[in-house]
Amino acid sequence: MSAALLQVRDLRVTFSTPDGPLQAVRGVDFDLPAGTVMGVVGESGSGKSVTMLTVLGLTQGAQVSGQALFEGRDLLAMSAAEQRKVRGARIAMVFQDPLSSLHPHYRVGWQIAEMIRAHEPVSRAEARRRAVELLAMVGIPQPQRRIDDYPHQFSGGMRQRVMIAMALALRPRLLIADEPTTALDVTVQSQILDLLRRLQAELGMAVIIVTHDLGVIAEMAHEVLVMYAGQVVERAPRRAIYYRPHHPYTRGLLESLPARTGLPGTLPAPGRAGSAQRQRLRPIAGQPPSLIRVPPGCPFHPRCPFVMDVCRREPPRLRPVDVNGSHESACWLPPEAVGLGAEADARRRAAAGSGRIQPAEAGWGAA
Amino acid sequence: MLRFLVRRVLFGILVLWVVTVVVFAIFFLAPHDPARLIAGRMATPATVAAVRHNLGLDRPVYVQYGSFVWNLLHGNLGYSYYRAQPVTQLLLSRLPVTASLALGAAVLWLLIGVGIGVLAAVRPRSLEDRAATVFALTFYSMPPFLLGLVLLYLLFFRLHLAGVTFFAGGGYTPLTQDPLGWAQHLLLPWITLALVTSVTYIRLTRGSMLDVLGEDYIRTARSKGLGELRVIVVHALRSALAPVVTQFGVDLATLLGGAIVTEQVFGLPGLGQLSVQSVTNQDLPVIIGTVILFAFFIVVANILVDVLYAVLDPRVRLS
Ligand SMILES: Nc1ncnc2c1ncn2[C@@H]1O[C@H](COP(=O)(O)OP(=O)(O)OP(=O)(O)O)[C@@H](O)[C@H]1O
Ligand SMILES: [Mg+2]
Repeated sequence: MSAALLQVRDLRVTFSTPDGPLQAVRGVDFDLPAGTVMGVVGESGSGKSVTMLTVLGLTQGAQVSGQALFEGRDLLAMSAAEQRKVRGARIAMVFQDPLSSLHPHYRVGWQIAEMIRAHEPVSRAEARRRAVELLAMVGIPQPQRRIDDYPHQFSGGMRQRVMIAMALALRPRLLIADEPTTALDVTVQSQILDLLRRLQAELGMAVIIVTHDLGVIAEMAHEVLVMYAGQVVERAPRRAIYYRPHHPYTRGLLESLPARTGLPGTLPAPGRAGSAQRQRLRPIAGQPPSLIRVPPGCPFHPRCPFVMDVCRREPPRLRPVDVNGSHESACWLPPEAVGLGAEADARRRAAAGSGRIQPAEAGWGAA
Repeated sequence: MLRFLVRRVLFGILVLWVVTVVVFAIFFLAPHDPARLIAGRMATPATVAAVRHNLGLDRPVYVQYGSFVWNLLHGNLGYSYYRAQPVTQLLLSRLPVTASLALGAAVLWLLIGVGIGVLAAVRPRSLEDRAATVFALTFYSMPPFLLGLVLLYLLFFRLHLAGVTFFAGGGYTPLTQDPLGWAQHLLLPWITLALVTSVTYIRLTRGSMLDVLGEDYIRTARSKGLGELRVIVVHALRSALAPVVTQFGVDLATLLGGAIVTEQVFGLPGLGQLSVQSVTNQDLPVIIGTVILFAFFIVVANILVDVLYAVLDPRVRLS
C-alpha cells in the first residue's frame, strides 16, 4: 500500500483563554491517500477548521503537539521558512467567505499573480498570463477583462471561483476547502461543488472538504471523518457513513438532514434540493460540550440517547466496526449496532439496555 | 472619480467663499478704526478722513467687499499696517519656514506613529507593545511648549555645554542656502511637533492594525505562503492606513496651533509667529491674510486626503 499523502497523528491544539486552556483539537488521527477526497463533518466548534489550519501552520497563539506528515515530512516540525514553501504551493486552502477572504484593495489578477510569484521566479507578465488561464479554468467568463476587477465587483459564486483559481495556481497536491459553499446561495453551492469535483478529477489532487452539512460531500468524498469535540468519532467510506453509521452522533447528523433525502435509499443530494429541503429538520438535542471542561468518558454521552454506564467513565477510542477495518467508530456500542431507522435504533437500544445492567461486559472488551 | 473630484473642489470653493465673508465681516466690524490706527494718535480728524478715503473705508460695504474679493482673486491682500510690505509678499516670505516645519514634522510623526503602532500591533501585550503605550502616555500628556523647552534644554543647552554643537537653538536657514543648516535648525522643532502628534497615530495605527490582522484576507495571505513582512506591510498595513489618512487630514488642519507654539519656542520666523505678532499689533490685513491662507490650505489638504482615500480603497473609487 502506498504511503498516504498526509498522515496526521495524535494532533492536539490547545488555546489559552481567560477561562483556562481550551482544547480545540484533542488527538486527531487520519490518513489521506494521494488523489482522494475526504469529507470532514461535524457541528460548529468541533475543531474542523482548527485541525486544518494547524496542518497548514496557521493557528496562532496555540500549543500544538502531534505530527502532520505531508509527503513524508512533518509539517509541524518544519522551520517557518520551509512551511511557507509548502503553503500555497503544495497545500492550498479555500475558505468559507470569499468576500472577506480576498483582499478588498487589490485586483483579483494581482492577488493570483502574487501567489504564483511568491513561489516561482516568473515575470509579472507571465504570472498575469497564467492568472487569466486560471480564471478561465474555473469558469469565469471574459477572464481577460475580469482579471483587473476588484473582488467586490464579482458575485459570491464568482468570487469563490477566484479563490479556487488562486488556490490551484501552483497545482497543489492537496486542496483544503473549509466550508467552501456555506456562504453562498443554494443554487450557486452545487455549481461550486461541481467545479471542485471536476478540477479534482482533472488535476488529480487530494481534496479535504470541511463542512457541517453531510449533504455537501455526499457525491464527492471517498472517505468521511466525523468530528465531535475536537476528536474523530467516526471514519468510514462515504457509503458506509450514509447507510451504516455507527456512532449515535453520526446517526444524529444524518437524521437531522431533510427526511426526503436523508433516509436510507436515497443519498442526500448536495445543493440540488431546494433551500427549504436543506434546512435542518431535527437538530441533535443539547449543546456540544465546553472544550475547557470536557466531560469525562465519551464527550457525546450527555446528548446520547443510547448512553450506557461505561460511556460516563471511559472515553471510547476509534475501533473497527467492519471486517476489513475501513470503518471505525469511537463508541462503546457493539460493532453490529449500525444503520439508520427504527430497526437499527432498536438494536442500539437493546445493546445499551444490557450495557446499563452489566457495565463490565459492555463495549469492546467482549467483542 | 472625476465627478467626485469636481464636487469636492466646488465644495472647497464654497467654503473659501464663506471664509472671505466671515473675515470681511470681522474686519468691517472691528472695534478699532483702522484709519485712526494707521494715522496715529495725534492725527487730526482731517488726516484720519484722508486715510480712511485712501483705504476705501468710506465706500459702501458691498463695494468694499467686492473690491476685497477682486483684490483677493488677484493675489492682492493689501499692505501691512506695521511693515511697509504687501501682505502677500510677507506671507510668501514666511511660508517656506512653516512649510518646512510642517512637512518635516509630518513625515517624522507618520514614521514614528505608524512604525511604533505597527510594531505594537504585531505582538500585542508584548514588551514592545507596553513600551509603545508608555511612550504614547508620556507624550500624550505633554504640552508642546514644555516638550520644546525640555528638548532645548537637553539637546541644545546641555549638549552645547558638553561641546556637542549639532542642534541649533533657534532661528532659520533657508533650504536653498544651506540644506544641512536648514535641517539642523529644524530638527528640534520637528521632533517637538512630531512626538506630540505621533501619539494619536500610534494608538490609531495599533488599533486599526489589530482589527485588520484579524481579517480573513490576512489568513488568506498567510495561506499563500507569503513572508510575514509582506503580509504585514502589503496586506495589513495597506488596509490599516485608511483611518490614519483621515486623521492626517484633520491634523493638517490643526497644524497651525502646533506651529504657533513651536515657532514661538524656537524663534522660527514662520506664519505662526507672524500671526501671533499681527494679532498683538492689530495688523488686520496680515491677520486676514493668514486666516485666508490657512483656510485655503485646509481646503486643499482635505481634498487631497479624500483623493488619497479613494486611491487607497477601490470600493470608494469605483462607487
Ligand atoms: N484563536 C482561537 N482562540 C481560542 N479559541 C479558538 C481559537 N480558534 C478556535 N477556537 C475554538 O476552538 C474550537 C474549535 O473551533 P473550529 O473553528 O475548529 O470549529 P469548526 O469545527 O471549524 O466549527 P465551524 O463549523 O463553526 O467552523 C471552538 O470552540 C473555537 O471557539
Ligand atoms: Mg470552521
